[in-house]
Amino acid sequence: MSASPMPSTPGSSPPRAALRCEIGDWVEVERILLKPEERAVGLPPETASKPLKMWVKGFAQGAADMGGEVTVETMSGRLVSGRLFAVNPGYFHTFGRPIPELARVGRDLRAQVAQYRATLAAGEGGVAGEGGVAGEGGVAGQGGSAGDGGAAGEKDGVR
Amino acid sequence: MSGRLDAVLARRGEIMRRALGMDYAAFEQSPIAFDYEAMMTAHGYSLREIAAIQTRAGVGNTPLLELRNLTDLVRSVSAPGRGARLFVKDEAANPAGAFKDRRASISIHLAHEKGYAGVIAATSGNYGAAVSSQAARYGLKCIICQETFDSRHIGQPEILEKSRVCEAYGAEVVQMSVGPELFPLMLELLDETGYFAASLYSPFGVSGIETLGLEIAEEMTALTGAPPTHCVVTHAGGGNTTGTARGLKRAGATETQIVSVSVDLSGLHMASDADFNRKSFTTGHTGFGVPFATWPDRADVPRNAARSLRYMDRYLTVSQGEVFWATEAMSKIEGLERGPAGNTAIAGAISLARELPRAATVVVQETEYTGAGKHHWSQLNFAREMGVEVRAGDPAENVPGRVIVIPERVEQIRAKDMDLGRLRRSYVRHALKSVPAGYVPTDDDIAFLAADTKTDAATVEATIAELEEA
Repeated sequence: MSASPMPSTPGSSPPRAALRCEIGDWVEVERILLKPEERAVGLPPETASKPLKMWVKGFAQGAADMGGEVTVETMSGRLVSGRLFAVNPGYFHTFGRPIPELARVGRDLRAQVAQYRATLAAGEGGVAGEGGVAGEGGVAGQGGSAGDGGAAGEKDGVR
Repeated sequence: MSGRLDAVLARRGEIMRRALGMDYAAFEQSPIAFDYEAMMTAHGYSLREIAAIQTRAGVGNTPLLELRNLTDLVRSVSAPGRGARLFVKDEAANPAGAFKDRRASISIHLAHEKGYAGVIAATSGNYGAAVSSQAARYGLKCIICQETFDSRHIGQPEILEKSRVCEAYGAEVVQMSVGPELFPLMLELLDETGYFAASLYSPFGVSGIETLGLEIAEEMTALTGAPPTHCVVTHAGGGNTTGTARGLKRAGATETQIVSVSVDLSGLHMASDADFNRKSFTTGHTGFGVPFATWPDRADVPRNAARSLRYMDRYLTVSQGEVFWATEAMSKIEGLERGPAGNTAIAGAISLARELPRAATVVVQETEYTGAGKHHWSQLNFAREMGVEVRAGDPAENVPGRVIVIPERVEQIRAKDMDLGRLRRSYVRHALKSVPAGYVPTDDDIAFLAADTKTDAATVEATIAELEEA
């Protein structure tokens, strides 16, 4: 699911991208905002060891080859410089194939609702004789892990 | 941290004052307490005026739908006399496809009134689409800062779709790799542009959600003769819970139980480059839900308007597999193909409805749009590509980031109750940690903490004594 993926769905292939932009083209640039040593403290090592990167799209202010420096004017009118990352960048996310583990859900649930209604309509004892596993209707379990993960890069479980 | 980030963070207060057009100092009462209600109403708009602003912006008055098939499905596996009636508020009918339009509409209206040239928000969620759409309607420029990719430039399909839709509405999307430095870099942009900070956590944004609670109370009264007995809310940063609950109360629905629900993502680190693409959910999960409930003032504003512990009566968690199953069920038996976030509450509501009497009425208060990238098939196909196992079975075996287990029967949908007592203690601990050394909480502070945790003074005092002993 990267911006320039190898799509698995037939028919969704991106057209061949241009390798060079001209002035006025709609392009995407990449910039390194922070080197690893400039990053926030307390990050997990797999994040701390990577640079913080940024990508933004805009109209090229000059011609450039892929990877070359270019300035763009963004939709808000800001001028941002970076390395040319894509020309006329597209969107190639998709639905993908059906999920086999979900395939029967619709068929089975429709049948279950129909059967329940048929039983009700038959009227034998109404709802009292109906339904599932008596005494088991509660919310299961208690507490468990209270979840974790800090929004600001800290572990923040409930202690 | 680099000198660059330190420098901008040091000017945080000054930048946010200008960018929000309000000074939070006016509401501070002590190192612990502040006047929450005064802050929430400082914009001067009544609830009816907020509704009128939203109507002009095309936001709100979404359909409330009874889920008759889902109700009967739940009743088919409930004990005799159990199985509440289920309803959903179809918030996907808003212009940008989610309840977040309510939040954005008030912020953008104010930005326009106050004469800002543009707005900035930091969000990877539907809020970006909402801000972009409303900014387009008001003729304002818009920048969305988004944590989009891991260091290999791979992004969750749901976030890629949110980038696309923001750009479709004319926003500049600043995409970044994983890391909390998004916040100081947003501050830099606010400083550079002079734009309005359309924070998710300002009183403007959260006030805008109150109309959702108001509509639910009124529409349920028209439909069933009373407000709902339960309102189920997908919970992340707390705005959805807070705004909806406040609206219900302001409409007189003081008896409605507020049940928040998050997807359990325990074990995954929110700032991890490796975990980033293994979450399968971008919001509505415990990675936001727990830290923001237990310390709301970690947000990008000095005082967070979203204070969920004030309003929660229960906090449920559900597994990833249960939410994907609920999403498929909503499509197939209710004819509502909707996006991921609201279906977290649907999964929670299925479990809740089973234990409630038939006379109970349960409203799931949002849906969101779906489509390529946001669809549950996209998420599950992507999870497999990222090495997460997807299989059918007992969802109790779901392990976030490693195994997604899709239930095989509705009886397997079983939400877990989080211990609210633990969350409340954690909140009080955070509050005490934030004050200067030696500060002793006053009676007013105790009263504030009791209101902020929906408890009483005796409970807060006992918690403080317990924490001091520890």
